Amino acid sequence: MTRFIAKRLGLGLITLWLLSVLVFFGTQVLPGDVARRILGPFASPSAVNALNKQLGTDKSIFVQYLNWITGLFHGDLGTSVATRTSVSSIVFPALWHSAKLAILAFIIVVPLGILGGVVAALYEGRFRDRLISVGGLSATTVPEFVWSVVFILVFALWLGILPSTATAPPGSGFLTQIEYLVLPALCLVFVLFGYIARMARAGTIESLEADYTRTAVIKGLPYRTVVRRHVLRNSLLPTIAVVATQAGYLIGGLVAIELVFNYQGIGQVLYRAAIQKDFPVLQSAVLIVGVVYLVATLLADLAYSLLNPRIRFESSS
Amino acid sequence: MSSFGEPIGSSVTAAESPAGAEPALGPGPDEAKVIRRERLALLLRSKTFIAGVVILGFWIVCAIFGSLLAPDDPLRTNPVSALQAPSSAHLFGTDTLGRDVLSRVLVGARDILIVAPLATLLATAMGTLLGLVTGYFRGFVDDSLGRLIDAILAVPVVIVGLLSMVALGPSTVTVIFVIAVVFTPVIARTVRAAVLSEVQYEYVAAARLRNERAPYILFGEILPNVMGPVLVEFTVRLGYAIFTIATLSFLGFGIQPPAPDWGLQIYQHYGLISGGYWWPVLFPALAIASLVIGVNLLSDGISQAFER
Repeated sequence: MTRFIAKRLGLGLITLWLLSVLVFFGTQVLPGDVARRILGPFASPSAVNALNKQLGTDKSIFVQYLNWITGLFHGDLGTSVATRTSVSSIVFPALWHSAKLAILAFIIVVPLGILGGVVAALYEGRFRDRLISVGGLSATTVPEFVWSVVFILVFALWLGILPSTATAPPGSGFLTQIEYLVLPALCLVFVLFGYIARMARAGTIESLEADYTRTAVIKGLPYRTVVRRHVLRNSLLPTIAVVATQAGYLIGGLVAIELVFNYQGIGQVLYRAAIQKDFPVLQSAVLIVGVVYLVATLLADLAYSLLNPRIRFESSS
Repeated sequence: MSSFGEPIGSSVTAAESPAGAEPALGPGPDEAKVIRRERLALLLRSKTFIAGVVILGFWIVCAIFGSLLAPDDPLRTNPVSALQAPSSAHLFGTDTLGRDVLSRVLVGARDILIVAPLATLLATAMGTLLGLVTGYFRGFVDDSLGRLIDAILAVPVVIVGLLSMVALGPSTVTVIFVIAVVFTPVIARTVRAAVLSEVQYEYVAAARLRNERAPYILFGEILPNVMGPVLVEFTVRLGYAIFTIATLSFLGFGIQPPAPDWGLQIYQHYGLISGGYWWPVLFPALAIASLVIGVNLLSDGISQAFER
């Protein structure tokens, strides 16, 4: 078990390192120098040089990469070029906002998705199954900004029952904050339901066909008990994995939703950093999204192996 | 290369072909024809497939003949009649520049229906090549590519789009680049899995014994047998490509104004929703939704037919 964790952790770190290289060189190896791009074409050469020196962008690209990585290890994410404040003071509050939205969406969509998947599996090939499978997948393929504008139209403009932005007025209580987050979370429910239901359906069908289910049926257990005690448990395994892979998307992939609902999450930070060419913020925010994704998949693998003795023992031998 | 040394007889029972249990030698020419005819019959009986074809067909007609069908010039601005609500003169109303929304929705199918298939085709070609090579040769290249794919997949597509926009500037070429970068590894993974199960079959061993060269085995022997998964993957990715292109255009990074692209129209007008101006947003939104759902129904029908 420890070897399994160590191996997964090692692979995760390699992936993270690769990601840092991709992100850094992807944003840094660009036409023109950084200070010139920030100050614009009419700035004097001396001002450009001074800013380059201040940002450390006059050094070679490898030295810059090393400086950046060393800073990261010391908890220093650098300074934003656009706002001149520390990157951490921009990125971490946004991360918290994104997490709030993601958690609310998960609380709604995970039970719904699992329920939908299990129902679809129990009625495999029949109308209910096709409705959930095809409907869920169709909802998933509609871009989230389309859901966003449609929901704002229906719930905020026409029905007038929910606010059209996601940012609650400062100082509002917990319930008000949630009220403001309901619409964006609803968009995420529509986007994610199909994924989760599909995985839960596949897992349920697999365990419905398994030998232990047949044994349970043959020994005379009522069908309800078989489903609840033997099938459900095993059908949840693949669902954990898909939930985890969506974590990176939920933290950082919601650029469009955060834009429409004017929500200060990590997606909005990334969007603004990209437009303002604020590279320190952009690099660190992308890396943080990568860390979230890898930690989530790592936790999912752990949970998966803890719940599934076959993996637990196979990996330790 | 360890799998090459396995006894061929044992691998037949263990073979996990995505297409189900096919005979070890692969289907003969007659059998292949029968399978193809059965698949076609299955497709034509599938309601989701037919619905998908009808929706996609409608938008293809709009993409080709849109300018003829459109009641107005989609690019002609008319500030005097800006933001007029839907009426008999303008069925879908007019936008901030007084352009006819119906005309822009009809003609808006063109850009996305050119860019999305092109980008998907590129990604499918590169992904298939990569999947064939990594699945056949395995070893170090396979492992390191796997890691690189993990790194790319660790960030959401939108972020890859943001980074590419910063590096390359907003344009249609950037959009195609983003789709290629993000989808190639995903397609490669699927094709690789299909190749791994094909390599176990005897026809591959036979080709190897005949001393055929690797490129011939890859493209002449294995490729025709993994075309099913490749086709399914193409249609699935096409849906995601439309999704991605629409999103990038909505963020202002994709297809550029004054093109009547749907995502772009929503981007230009979503701020006006709370003011009650819903028509320049709702109609392009419905157009995007219907197109992606149509493609999705189509690909669902195709994968149902191929996975029997």
